[in-house]
Amino acid sequence: MEEYSVIGKRIPRVDGRVKATGEAKYAADYEMPGMLWCKILRSPYAHARILNIDTSRAERLPGVKAVCTGKDFQGWRWGWMPQTRDEPPLAVDKVRYLAEAVAAVAAVDEDTAEEATELIKVDYEELPGVFEAEEAMQEGAPQVHDYVKNNLSVDFHMDFGDVEKAFRESYLVHEDRFETGRCITGYLEPPAAVALWDSTGITIWAAKQSPYFVYRHLADCFKLPLNKVRVVQPFIGGGFGGTKNDSLAGDFCSVLFSKWTGKPVKFVYSMKEVLMTCRRRHNMIIYNKMGMQKDGTITAMQSRVIADGGAYTAIGPLSMYLTGAISTLPYKLPNFKHDAYRIFTNNPISAAMRGHGVTHTRFAAELQMEMMAEQLGLDPLEIRLKNAVTAPHETVNRVKVHSAGLVEGLKTLGETPQWKDKDQGKGGEEQWLQGVGLSGTCYLGGARQRGHQSCGAVVRLCEDGTVDYLTGATDCGQGSDTVLVQIVAEELGLAVEDIDIKRVDTAVTPCDAGSYGSRVTVLAGEAAKRAAQDVKEQLAKVAAAGWQVAPEEIVFKDRKVFVKGTPGKAMSFDKLAKTACYSGSGAVIIGKGYSDYGIEVLDFERGAGMPGTSFSFTSQLTALDVDRETGFVKCKEMIIAHDCGRPLNPINVEAQNQGAAIQGMGQALYEQFVMKQGQTMNPNLAGYKMPLSLDIPRIEVIDIITDDTTGPYGAKEASEGAHVSAPPSVASAIHDATGIWFKEQPITPEKIVMALRKKKEKGC
Amino acid sequence: MEMRKIKFTLNGKPCEIEVKPWRTLLEMIREDLHLTGTKEGCGEGECGSCTVILGGKTVNSCLVPAVEADNQELITIEGLPEGDKLHPIQEAFVNKAGMQCGFCTPGVIMSAKALLDKTPAPSEEEIREGIAGNFCRCTGYTKIIESIQAAAEMMKGDK
Repeated sequence: MEEYSVIGKRIPRVDGRVKATGEAKYAADYEMPGMLWCKILRSPYAHARILNIDTSRAERLPGVKAVCTGKDFQGWRWGWMPQTRDEPPLAVDKVRYLAEAVAAVAAVDEDTAEEATELIKVDYEELPGVFEAEEAMQEGAPQVHDYVKNNLSVDFHMDFGDVEKAFRESYLVHEDRFETGRCITGYLEPPAAVALWDSTGITIWAAKQSPYFVYRHLADCFKLPLNKVRVVQPFIGGGFGGTKNDSLAGDFCSVLFSKWTGKPVKFVYSMKEVLMTCRRRHNMIIYNKMGMQKDGTITAMQSRVIADGGAYTAIGPLSMYLTGAISTLPYKLPNFKHDAYRIFTNNPISAAMRGHGVTHTRFAAELQMEMMAEQLGLDPLEIRLKNAVTAPHETVNRVKVHSAGLVEGLKTLGETPQWKDKDQGKGGEEQWLQGVGLSGTCYLGGARQRGHQSCGAVVRLCEDGTVDYLTGATDCGQGSDTVLVQIVAEELGLAVEDIDIKRVDTAVTPCDAGSYGSRVTVLAGEAAKRAAQDVKEQLAKVAAAGWQVAPEEIVFKDRKVFVKGTPGKAMSFDKLAKTACYSGSGAVIIGKGYSDYGIEVLDFERGAGMPGTSFSFTSQLTALDVDRETGFVKCKEMIIAHDCGRPLNPINVEAQNQGAAIQGMGQALYEQFVMKQGQTMNPNLAGYKMPLSLDIPRIEVIDIITDDTTGPYGAKEASEGAHVSAPPSVASAIHDATGIWFKEQPITPEKIVMALRKKKEKGC
Repeated sequence: MEMRKIKFTLNGKPCEIEVKPWRTLLEMIREDLHLTGTKEGCGEGECGSCTVILGGKTVNSCLVPAVEADNQELITIEGLPEGDKLHPIQEAFVNKAGMQCGFCTPGVIMSAKALLDKTPAPSEEEIREGIAGNFCRCTGYTKIIESIQAAAEMMKGDK
């Protein structure tokens, strides 16, 4: 292994200081002279025809500068694929979910704008709604959209091998129904933006996790060329997929108001708006069927997935693809059939969230595998080791695995006292039932979708030897700014402090697909590496000419440049920079690079081929106690043996795993929107319970090093994997404590108490 | 309604300002004093992003009327560093990966300061209690707790 100076070190975040002092500006912190405020009027019905909108009273309110309705966007709609562009900035003919945006106001201050929205009179004709996916699929159910039948938003099918034959030949076949809950990403920074329309086009300072999405949406909506749309990225207060990877009514309305008034226009959503209207995780029902040999070898799996898509398609096609694309990992699976249906309902829109798609079906498969192992008398570790893939491996749907640390991870967990001694102290009549559970999961890194996939980077050498790094990638908290700067520093033999990152400004930074699918370190990292190498090559030529050696002999390290093995021929990096920039007629040194991993053709429609460039493997142990009286679960300990190839910044990788596991724990145990006829009954952080400091277990993260050959410096993904591994390990531990399999998330105290009571009655 | 004039100490310096009686402390801090380090997350006193120290105690500034600051000492995140030198809590958060997206961070740091001002050597349980009013969606809290432990160590050395 090559010795690195910066890579692999526990380097503090490059944005740590500005975040710790409060200097870091987020979208809501921006204000401009003459700025107007935009507020949105939202529907009181989940499903209703809009008969008329009267904005006259709102327009007459002093301080109101403009009012807009859906018609002002002239039928423009957006969505992830051309055939699924079904979402208007503001509802036009009818509203399809409760609190859908219907009209908007721009006024001199926030209070006036708010007051004016209440003066808009909308006449509705309420329509019968449909709120459960399985009901919405039935013939005769209320139709959310006219352009599809039976509310079928997306269907996605995979069929590899011969599942029927395999089931016939299996020793044991299990069929179960699983369900995942209705969760929110949970960022604390509500969406916000300041938009300005002037002679240069649109400029918007927006809280976007993937600014190039809104860049394209705005260009399309307002019929402007891309070079007239400038999205400037402030610091981002958390993303986790979904809403901040998309555009919002607030974005479009603020831009439109600025176009009309010539003033900058700002909006900030309230937390209630976030929790009632922003994109949330799909609630999915998974009918899973698995076949096994007597020795525990998995023979086949068939999954039927029904997802509540809510009112619009958004990124739904990708969500459905991801429910199946890597179901063939991390366990060997020779026969696999998958049928996924995303169904329109009159609920808020479902979309991507950390662990996108995979978290649902992996939860089902992990639990089912362990349930069957129990029947066969195999323990949870044994069944996983029996079926775990090892590299190199190609799945039945042609997913290639170049490195896999699952076996090592599982074995590492198997050696811990927490696992070895798990049955000690069991069987008593104590109040707390102890349980220890396992999971072994996989997630893709370097995700590719359809369309534009590449990341770019520009590295600009300043004449004093300092360096500017321009990236199109966004750090919404995951730490990518730091890792990418580390990469540039490593290549140039500099320190992190010598590099200044220039964050996304679509007017100057290179285009980037976005921060999703654990792709930034892998793909933006490759781009950064290449751009830095480009600068290095240009400088090496100058140094080599001076010393009359070949450029390949020039080494960049510790802010110095020297000829390999010739200590006399050395100079400081900044001296070389000055020499290169000032010699002769002078030079301007700019390096560029872009990623081209994963460009082989993907059969998206059939779920065959590489959904990403590489795959992380996460083995997780969870130890918890269940209160037999109240059903309350106290997670005590988590051990995460995570194969991210090689951690480029171990402290950040630990932090990512810890955060993801706690988010997954919340999803497993208590996070849940309570819905009643399309209404979110708990649209506040008191009612929607996310984990707090008192709820968390001790978490140990163990790096399983596999050095993947496809990623920069061996790196794969870190973070989404531990979100996927948490819920099944928690459910496995609850089973270990109670003897009961809970197949529906969240596993609330109520469910546990009822099941324990039922078990006791049966026992008597 | 007429404006109310209030006087208080803001980050160690005297401050005099006229505010509307219904204005929240958070609105005054962010919009009148232009100190945007204090964040608004939920606006309902649940998330803790707007935590500041008023009269030695942490408050959710989104719930407190601005006029409550009259004759009090108010400390916001901007008041912690001494010139260019970070407060030890801030330094610990930087070095120990105590933040990710950073949105909750000013509020968490203010809770940590109030805790360490009263309890210079807190147990892990006391730290968990001390930040129990602050949501963080990114870190899962482990590195926040470690940061506060490290800060307590550093501050012990300072005394």
